[in-house]
Amino acid sequence: MRREPPQTLGDYAPLLFPAAMLTIFFVVPFGTMIAVSFFQRQQGGFYTPAFVFDNYARFLSAFFGGVLGFSLLLAITVAICCVVLALPFTYMLTRMGRKVQVVWLVALLSILSLSEVIIGFAWSTLFSRTAGITNILVALGIMSEAKALTPSFGAVLTGMVYQAFPYTVLVLFPALVRLDPTLTEAARTLGASPLKAFFTVVVPALRNTITATLIMVFIFALGSYLLPQLLGRPQHWTLSVLITDQAIYQSNMPFAAAMAVFLVLVTLGLVALTVIAGRKGEAA
Amino acid sequence: MSGLALQNVVKEFGSFRAVNNVDLNVPHGTFVCMLGPSGCGKTTLLRMIAGLDLPTGGAIRLDGDDITHVPTHKRNLGMVFQSLALFPHLTVGENIAYPLRIRGAAKEDQKKRVDELLSMIHLTGYADRPVAKLSGGQRQRVAIARALAISPKLFLLDEPLSALDAKLREAMQVELRQLQQKLGITTIVVTHDQREAMTMADTVVVMNGGEIRQAASPIEIYRRPADSFVADFIGQTNLLEVQADSAGRVEVLGQPIAGLALPAGSSKGTLSVRPEDVHLTAPGAGSLSGKVTFVRDLGGTIETFVDIAGRQIVAVSTPRARPDVTVGQEVGIALTPDVCVVLKK
Repeated sequence: MRREPPQTLGDYAPLLFPAAMLTIFFVVPFGTMIAVSFFQRQQGGFYTPAFVFDNYARFLSAFFGGVLGFSLLLAITVAICCVVLALPFTYMLTRMGRKVQVVWLVALLSILSLSEVIIGFAWSTLFSRTAGITNILVALGIMSEAKALTPSFGAVLTGMVYQAFPYTVLVLFPALVRLDPTLTEAARTLGASPLKAFFTVVVPALRNTITATLIMVFIFALGSYLLPQLLGRPQHWTLSVLITDQAIYQSNMPFAAAMAVFLVLVTLGLVALTVIAGRKGEAA
Repeated sequence: MSGLALQNVVKEFGSFRAVNNVDLNVPHGTFVCMLGPSGCGKTTLLRMIAGLDLPTGGAIRLDGDDITHVPTHKRNLGMVFQSLALFPHLTVGENIAYPLRIRGAAKEDQKKRVDELLSMIHLTGYADRPVAKLSGGQRQRVAIARALAISPKLFLLDEPLSALDAKLREAMQVELRQLQQKLGITTIVVTHDQREAMTMADTVVVMNGGEIRQAASPIEIYRRPADSFVADFIGQTNLLEVQADSAGRVEVLGQPIAGLALPAGSSKGTLSVRPEDVHLTAPGAGSLSGKVTFVRDLGGTIETFVDIAGRQIVAVSTPRARPDVTVGQEVGIALTPDVCVVLKK
């Protein structure tokens, strides 16, 4: 259906409610946060309005820079792992019967209903020495004695990939369902093995979807706060953990706000870079 | 044997038999059209030849080699799909070069072959265009060029022209046939359009219910249909019941007609006569007589509908031989044995 472009101011009326909601619950708090990030912190107290760059200056230390770097690296790793796992999985899922698809999608949706806390504790039990999966390996004779797999980077990564995987599948599913199945059949008749057809036809034809999914999982993983604490060591804590620590336990609102603003800026910058790189690739 | 051979090919989906014991020989370089109503198994048969579906029984041989279980990508064939299945992320040139790239051909060889193919399909200079910017007919040609890029042994097309408008379709039929004759490539086309089959094919294979009803040249299919399904499916025809009377003569609608013979060993049959072979005569002069119920004057041809004892017969004539009849008039119908085919009941 073709729609007329809005003619008068009145035509924009339906936009008023969402615009107001966005302003009140997003733009205003975010503006406040930006303002607070420039405030002067009062030792032992709260903060006083000011315009100082102390908070940003403090952030540019090696320690916080390292945490930021780790957070970004973790989020990127989670995003790549999720897409690499979910793309072939979803592709095969779309080629299966309706009933199989429903069972899998219901199972994935039920993972979404689990809270981050439950996921964290479940994995910390699974990775523990006393009740963990290593006991099964010992019973099978693969390992000589049970050992704890948590806390570790691998445990954090596993937990976060597990949490983000259903989202990844749900975002990829519609695009893969719409993908014309004769495209891969055509590739096969033209001499491509099923694996080659997947990489030369399915993946490139879905490049925009894959980019969008990577960005979505990346942002989702960047906000992760509980899993790194439950499954990792302090060096595996993300910037979100530090922000919470500063805001709540150290009562340093201005510094927490500065870190949050910085995180948003870096995220936006990375997303923009990805989109530009995608455009360039398309033009080439 | 050189060419394609299907031997007792069977395909079952659960308890449903989509293709039932199909035997067919396609000599090297022939153009075969598989024709039939939807659901007759023709597409399934083509997909089995391509290796996209595996037969549940029988064998498929190409130049003597059993390829029944050879995976699709090792069969070295070219196929054009109904949806064309051009790769949306590649340009025209990249689409055509795809089978060459997959086989690791050198860049300059790829380019040379793409240029050759583009000039063959009259799209020289289109190599760098995205496929989305092409018209329906141009996409059709690109799909054909891509399928022919490796000079395959076998060229398969599944309803290739169904997305085109009528005029373009007719033009492409002629073009496709000329291209096939130039290249001398064994070609199998699946279609439900009998004009398409008659235009292009050396051999028309008429299928119904998963079985081959007749495989012969277009003109033989038209003149000597094997059964009433084929007679009715290909072109227009008049089907009349015939039976032997007490004296052994063949009776059509109660009138004995000399020179007709029933199929061996049966006393009943179906007579097929094409509308253009039905001649109207003065009342009483023909072998049958009836009443004109409708005249359809199409300019190029005139169809006269005649009711004989409750059965309707259509006669087609050209304006030059225009019958001087009006609705309600009594007419005679001349049936000569040489234009009638008596089919098994």
